[in-house]
Amino acid sequence: MKVAITSTGNNLESKLDQRFGRCSYFVFYDLETKGIEFIPNPNKDTQEGAGPASVQLVASRNVQKIISGEFGIKIKSLLDSLKIQMIVLKEPEKKIEEIIKMLNN
Amino acid sequence: MSPRPFRLRKISNPPVISGFKPYGNNKKSGKEESVFLHLEEYEALRLCDYEMLNHHQASVLMAVSRPTLSRIYSKARQKIAEALVQGKPIIIEGGKIYFDSEWFSCKACGCFFNNPDKQVEIKECPLCRSSNFLNYEQSIEEPEESLTRCNDICICPECGFEKPRLFGCPCKDEICPVCGKNLIRKGAPHINSF
Repeated sequence: MKVAITSTGNNLESKLDQRFGRCSYFVFYDLETKGIEFIPNPNKDTQEGAGPASVQLVASRNVQKIISGEFGIKIKSLLDSLKIQMIVLKEPEKKIEEIIKMLNN
Repeated sequence: MSPRPFRLRKISNPPVISGFKPYGNNKKSGKEESVFLHLEEYEALRLCDYEMLNHHQASVLMAVSRPTLSRIYSKARQKIAEALVQGKPIIIEGGKIYFDSEWFSCKACGCFFNNPDKQVEIKECPLCRSSNFLNYEQSIEEPEESLTRCNDICICPECGFEKPRLFGCPCKDEICPVCGKNLIRKGAPHINSF
C-alpha cells in the first residue's frame, strides 16, 4: 500500500507541509517495499485549481492514504469518490522521518 | 447574469446496483429509451421511503433545503413511475453529488482521518495503529437531537405538563403521561377553548 505525505523539502529532515494542493514536495512511501520517493509539486505556484491537479498526480500513483495538514473544499469530494483516505495532522513541526516511523509501527 | 450555482447533494451510500431491466417484454429497448435516475434522486428515495425519514430529516442529511429535497424526491417518483408504466429500464447514474464519508479523531496522535470505504470498518488509527479513536461527529454533538428538535412546546390543557415538540410529530398525537389527555401546542390560538 502506498501513502502520500506533503513535505516542505526534499529530505527526511524536512517538515510536514500544512497545505495539500500547493505543498512543495510529495513524498510517496510504499509500506511493503519501504521505498521512499520525493517528487516536486508542479502545481506549487498555480493560480487556480492546484488542488484537483495534485489529486490527479497522487491518484495516478495508486495512493491509498494522504497525510497533510489541511485539505481544500474541492478536494474532499474528489478524494471521497476516488476512495482515498485523508489523514489530517495539525502538527507543522512534525518531520517526515517521524511520520514514516509512525506508519511502520 | 449567471444563475446561482447548484448546491452539491450529499450522498452517504452509493447504490449496490447500477440499474434495473424490465422483465417479460418482447420489445427490445435500447439505451436511449431508458430512464436515467440521478444518484441524488436515488438517495432521496432511499432516505424517504426506505429509511422512512421525513423530508426535513432527509434534507439535513443531503445538505440541501427542505423544498429542494421535496423537488428531488417528486422527480425520483415521477421517473420511476414512468419506467414502470412504459416498461423502460432504469439506469442510476449522474447528478450533482459528492460522496460523504465518516470522520474520526485519534486521541493518541491527535490526527483526523476519514473512512472512504463504507464496507470496511476502521479498527485502528491509520497513522499510529492505536485503537483509541472517536467518531468525530459523535464526539462533538449528537446529530439526532438537532434533527428532531424544534422550538415549539407541547402543553397539556388539563395539568399544564410541558414537553418539547419533535419535527413530524404533531402535539395532538402526544399523550400526557400525567393525566392521559392529548397535548396541544403551547401558544396555539385554540388553547383557551379547552
